[in-house]
Formats: sequence, structure tokens, C-alpha cells
Amino acid sequence: MVFSEEHDMHKRRFSRNVGLGLVLVAFVALVFGLTVVKVMNLGEMQAFDHVVRPELVPNSVRVPVEEAPKQ
Amino acid sequence: MSDAAVPHDKEAGFGDYIALLKPRVMSLVVFTALVGVLVAPGQIHPFIAMTAILFIALGAGASGALNMWWDADIDAVMKRTQRRPVPAGKVLPGEALGFGMALSGISVVMLGLATNLLAAGLLAFTIFFYAVVYSMWLKRSTPQNIVIGGAAGAFPPMIGWAVVTGNVGVEAVLMFMIIFMWTPPHFWALALFMNEDYSKAGVPMLTVTHGKKVTRAHVLVYTILLIPFAVGAAFTSIGGPVFLAVSVVLNGIFLLGAWRIWRRDEVMAAADKYAVEKQVFKFSLLYLFLIFGAFLAEAALKPYGLGGW
Repeated sequence: MVFSEEHDMHKRRFSRNVGLGLVLVAFVALVFGLTVVKVMNLGEMQAFDHVVRPELVPNSVRVPVEEAPKQ
Repeated sequence: MSDAAVPHDKEAGFGDYIALLKPRVMSLVVFTALVGVLVAPGQIHPFIAMTAILFIALGAGASGALNMWWDADIDAVMKRTQRRPVPAGKVLPGEALGFGMALSGISVVMLGLATNLLAAGLLAFTIFFYAVVYSMWLKRSTPQNIVIGGAAGAFPPMIGWAVVTGNVGVEAVLMFMIIFMWTPPHFWALALFMNEDYSKAGVPMLTVTHGKKVTRAHVLVYTILLIPFAVGAAFTSIGGPVFLAVSVVLNGIFLLGAWRIWRRDEVMAAADKYAVEKQVFKFSLLYLFLIFGAFLAEAALKPYGLGGW
């Protein structure tokens, strides 16, 4: 369906529609920004299961496999 | 509105929806909330701080829209408010209500998600307080309406503080009390020379119900009550010598102005066209700006070892 002729109402409401569009775009950008900041503040963790990854924690002691006590 | 045949001059533009949010009140909210965030101990990410202030301001705007929905009958009667979107016929009352309710929900939920539940709860309470307790209930039933309404305007710095700390400290309460006590003398000084037809609108304004002599006494009493909070804040963690000096000077000038208002009668006021009342009203705006500016100055000086005691 093609709107061959623009209704007068569309012209009158153009500024309102553009304004609302910009507000929605700004809102999306804001939520995205918040998400980035919140995720970055989570610290060192693996993305797939959201648990702390020991080798990324500063000053963590890594025990070589061969030196691990035998069961 | 689905009606395409709306008269051109009655069509709501984007600006009319902005006007529903009372942008001038919002600017004060942004400033005081920003001070609350910046003086609070602790650190939050600047982006989160910016988001929090934005949603506090949006919440304040939402309560403004709800107020314009409820008070459309009053606004239509008074000259100053006749051009507001609802009495002007540009926005339907139901639209203003929906707009206010939707923005209330968005601002509270987003503030809660961005920061913490206490800040979101305080914002929700502020909106409820302004829209329901003040607008719907007390505004039309008591001449002390200004005092109660002032509480709604006093919450933003407390919310800003809660955004950073997650609690409400004595400093946040003092910032609240400063705005709360400042509102009555500020507004009644205006009411003395505005001569709005509040009685026609059915709003019991102190100048109408009790006369201007009583209003003058109220300006002085509330200014005296304001001083302990404004000076006392100097001795908390957000105060310091700079704040104390600024506060003592500002409160001295404010008290002198309130004293002069109290000493005058209507004959004297009419003779110089309410010069003193106008002067005090203008100064009260500067007072609030400088008091909160002094809080900011203390916070800004702290990293250099100069702020605080």
C-alpha cells in the first residue's frame, strides 16, 4: 500500500514524531550505555557462566598440575 | 488523539509535552540532585550518575504532568497558568494523566535498575507526595499547602545522596530541610506581590485566607526556622569553613530581608510597589543556588586538602 498523498495531519505532527523518535533513540543509547558500564563493573569473570575465573584474579596462586597432591 | 480534524492551533507539538514536565522546576531538581550526588561520600561511575540525575528529573517532570492533569480547572482560571497545554486545549486531560503515569513508572524503574532500590523508592514517594498528598489533597484544603508542597521539592538532593551511598545520612536530611524550610518564605514573598486570583480558583492561599499581615509574619518565622539547618550543615561532613562563611552571610541577608518584610504594612508596600518583597523573592532564588553551590565548593576543595574541617 502506497500513501500517494501525505495527509495534512502528518505534516502537522512531523515535529512531534521526530521529537519522539529522537527521545526513543536516546533512551536506547542510554540503556545500552548503562549495560556496558554495569557489565564492565562486574570485574573479572568468564562470560559464558558468570563465575570468577581464578587465573584472572590478581595475586592468585596457581598450583602446577604435576605438583598437586596425589589423591 | 485519533481525530485528524483537530484545529491547527490546538494541535499539540513536541514542546507542549515538554511543557507538561515543568522544565523550570526540573532545572532546580537537576541542580540539587547533582549536588546530592557530588557531595555524597563514595564513588559511582559518571555515566550512572548522569543517568540517575536524568531519571530523577524525569520523575519530577512526571509529577508535574500529573499535577497539570489534576489542576487543569485551577490553571484555566488563573492568568499565569491559562496557557498550559491542558487548559489551552492542546493536550487532553487523559493524555496528561497517561503521560505522567507512564513517565513515573519509567523513571522509578530505570532509577532502580541503574542505582538502587532506596533511591527508586524515594523517587516514587516524591512523585506520590507531590501528585497525591500535595496536588490532590492539601493544596485545596489548607493555607499551609506551600509548606507541605515544599517537601516534594526538597527530596531530590536526598535521592542524589541515596544514589551514591545507598542510605540516607544526616547530611541528606539537612539538605532536605534547607529546601523544605526555604520554600515557604520564598513562595510567600512572591504571593505578597503577585496578587493572583487564588480565591477564584478555590485555592486557600495564606495571603487570602489570613491576610498579608499574617503572611509577612510567616515569612519571618520560616526564615528563622531555616537558619539552624542552613548553618548547622556547615558542621557535618559536607560542610566546612567555606560553607560556614557563605552560609552565615547568606542567612544574615535573608533574615534581614524577612525582617524588613515583617516590619512593613500594605501602605508602605504599595508606596514603593512591593520593592522589598520583590527584592527578597529574587534573593531567595540566589540564596538556594549559592548555598548548594557552597556544598559543591567544599566537595571540590576536598581533593586539595582544603574542604571540610
